[in-house]
Amino acid sequence: MKPAFSVICFTVLSGTGYGLVVWLALSTLLQRDPAVAMIGYPLAFIMISAGLLSSTLHLKSPARARFALSQWRTSWLSREGIAALLTFLPLLAVHWGLFVNGAHWHLAAVLAAIGSLATVFCTGMIYQTIRAVRAWATPMTSAAYLLAAFTGGGVFWLALQMTGGASVSTPAALIIGLALVGLMVIRHFWWRNLAAPSTSTVATATGLGGPGTVSLFERPHVTENWLTEEMGFRVARKHAARLRGISQLLTILPLAILLLVIMGAADMPLPATVIAVLFLTGTFLDRWLFFAEARHTVRLYYGASHA
Amino acid sequence: MTALPAHTEKKLGLVIDLDTCVGCHACAVNCKEWNTGGDLAPLSDTDPYGADVSGTWLNRIHSFEVADGDDARLVHFPKSCLHCDDAPCVTVCPTGASLKRTEDGIVLVDEDRCMGCGLCAWACPYGAREMDAVAGVMKKCTLCVDRIYSEELPEEDRIPACVRTCPASARHFGDFADPESEVSLLVAARGGYDLMPEQATKPVNKYLPPRERTALPTPARHADDGPPLKGFWKWLDGALERLP
Repeated sequence: MKPAFSVICFTVLSGTGYGLVVWLALSTLLQRDPAVAMIGYPLAFIMISAGLLSSTLHLKSPARARFALSQWRTSWLSREGIAALLTFLPLLAVHWGLFVNGAHWHLAAVLAAIGSLATVFCTGMIYQTIRAVRAWATPMTSAAYLLAAFTGGGVFWLALQMTGGASVSTPAALIIGLALVGLMVIRHFWWRNLAAPSTSTVATATGLGGPGTVSLFERPHVTENWLTEEMGFRVARKHAARLRGISQLLTILPLAILLLVIMGAADMPLPATVIAVLFLTGTFLDRWLFFAEARHTVRLYYGASHA
Repeated sequence: MTALPAHTEKKLGLVIDLDTCVGCHACAVNCKEWNTGGDLAPLSDTDPYGADVSGTWLNRIHSFEVADGDDARLVHFPKSCLHCDDAPCVTVCPTGASLKRTEDGIVLVDEDRCMGCGLCAWACPYGAREMDAVAGVMKKCTLCVDRIYSEELPEEDRIPACVRTCPASARHFGDFADPESEVSLLVAARGGYDLMPEQATKPVNKYLPPRERTALPTPARHADDGPPLKGFWKWLDGALERLP
């Protein structure tokens, strides 16, 4: 599938922002260094808003996005839009509490965290429910989106804590470490799942299987069309192994450095925020591969041997 | 509304006969012509006279080679929207632009509500929907809804443009909900089938398989060989063989 830059920016930036909201809620409830909230919430707000704005760049007729909340009964994209907008209410309340009243409003923080998780879940479900892309049609998709958001938010929270000079509790570091392991496990199974071909074949797509073999003789038109450009993206597969390696490295290394510093085993080699941005780059690359490597069944009508 | 109707009064759709289709692309051309000049926005082309021409088509003809041992045959394969009963393109639509009509089962796009997100095209396993690069909305086969219910057109033209124009009578239009309709009888008689049944979309359109045929006799010899040589040619052949 074509990896649309605007959609990748949206899922990575907003996802990480939502993850940060979850961590900030946890730390607010547990009374961990409230000062971080003063930087963390505005940062999360900016990431979420920038991501959502970026997602509208993907639309060919953005003015009609005003209808996009209407089909929540069947459409996960509609549900995502509603969840995203509803989450802004408690999120704005948290800001009001922090900057106008000078108080931590726990209920607003919890509601913002729940809304954040719901929004990320909806994002995952948009892709998970597309049967035509076999690699996406697994519960691992929404799990991976949730874990990526939770871990990414955790890394940013960790980086903010350390920049502010606050101590990080062992349980918090441990949870982020475990989330990272979970993310690695999910990615491993994801790639195994990706390698398996779809049950849809050229034979089932045309019904011409029978005893013989079916292969494309001639495309409908000699030039590319919207379908082959949108669903026939091939560039990623050539360098897939290398790109996966880089994204894994950018995921594991930044977090490993942060955890080593927390344990006192190493000095900080870079500012913590730079390390968090490195992690974000890894997530970005992984998300790019999520789209670029996925194979759509329509390719079967354009000469692909499997989908 | 993007909820699929539990039941449609009619099930209008097409039967495509892969046995008789000659791959002339006339159905695609007439589809393009009708739909670019109809009531809806035109089906745009980009760089139409240049080297990198690309355009929106609601019907495209693919050609497949079906090989079985030494025997191979060419099957022309027209593909347009199958107007599925369980259309995944309809339920994913966030704006309500995608819909399946309760009265006749036609799957349509309300272009005034489409925001051009492209999710419906991702959800369709068949590639039946294409984004119009100029209009910025999703385009798809309407089953010529502006022809079949027309009161101005002559009676014989009140069928989809692709069916009207097919010179091989490889395309048939009718109501699959009526077991006595021409399309239902064709499907029953010829073993009409669904494309990608494993995708659980329950397509309305059906395809008729190419008929069995007598396999071509395997050539006994290659064109380079011929019948046994006689006379002068036999002598020349032998003489040349004997040269060092």
